[in-house]
Amino acid sequence: MSNPFVKGLALLCLALSLSLAHANEAAPAVADPVLEARMLEITAELRCLVCQNQTIADSHADLAIDLRQQVREMLQKGMTNQQITDYMTERYGDFVLYRPPFKSTTALLWIGPGALLVLGLAGLVLVLRRRSRMPEDRFDAEEPEGPQDQPPSA
Amino acid sequence: MKYLKFLLPLAIFLVLVGFLMRGLSLDPREVPSPLINKPAPAFALAGLEKPDTTFKRDDMLGRVWLLNVFASWCVACREEHPLLVEFSRMKMLPIYGLNYKDERIAGMKWLASFGNPYEASLYDHDGRVGIDYGVYGVPESFLIDAKGVIRYKQIGPFTPEAIQTKLIPLVQQLKKEAGLV
Repeated sequence: MSNPFVKGLALLCLALSLSLAHANEAAPAVADPVLEARMLEITAELRCLVCQNQTIADSHADLAIDLRQQVREMLQKGMTNQQITDYMTERYGDFVLYRPPFKSTTALLWIGPGALLVLGLAGLVLVLRRRSRMPEDRFDAEEPEGPQDQPPSA
Repeated sequence: MKYLKFLLPLAIFLVLVGFLMRGLSLDPREVPSPLINKPAPAFALAGLEKPDTTFKRDDMLGRVWLLNVFASWCVACREEHPLLVEFSRMKMLPIYGLNYKDERIAGMKWLASFGNPYEASLYDHDGRVGIDYGVYGVPESFLIDAKGVIRYKQIGPFTPEAIQTKLIPLVQQLKKEAGLV
């Protein structure tokens, strides 16, 4: 009997068995879920140097895979998050940190956006206050400012 | 005061243009290495061609030398390699190769076909030494002084200009510092 329903069922079974097989294959990669979670927590704060807008946790670059393995091993050795972050900055500099420490070289980075916001707000307040002191008729748009709509002079 | 309304946006625009111009000449892939002026990380690696020999960082103490990271899979290395071969003929300093995340046979074949500028090549198959040196893009080169301190890092391939204007003067200076000239 080859009605569409049976065919569909067969396909579904096949798909399910395939996905099961896949799941079995992937399982051993996460031997220790706690360690893996800590590893991801640390590497999510680190920039991948090969694809710079991704974290080491997200990246599929070779170096990121190696560094994730490195972090796993360091965690197994019982190193703290701080020690691992220090290990990375010793090698790649503050650049790998998505949250770099506050230093003279990073001051503009940290203060800049806030300073720009304050400047912008200050400018806005100044303009608004000046406008509120202007006489009402300054804002009358109906008033023509100069000679307009005049027939072209011959 | 009347012109301020027009001059201020112009000034802001010009400042912005200045920043953007500067941004164009920066290479975001070039991350300044924190290892400059720090002791070169210790390592002990087997040779590429001679797997039974070991090479340690401290073997080179007292000499100014260049560590060049290369791999057979690295396209930019091919571009750089003839320059290194030519530079090695000047015999200014020993150059050592760090064969990074490569297969032994592939690395040896690569050197056989493109020339071998190295005193010896070290085989860093799993890239651990590379991680210690903060390698993130091959080729990279480290100039190490007689005290074992990294003094210069070339990220990406050497260019003829970089060799002439940066590497050679620095090698001469480091040799002088160490009293080797």
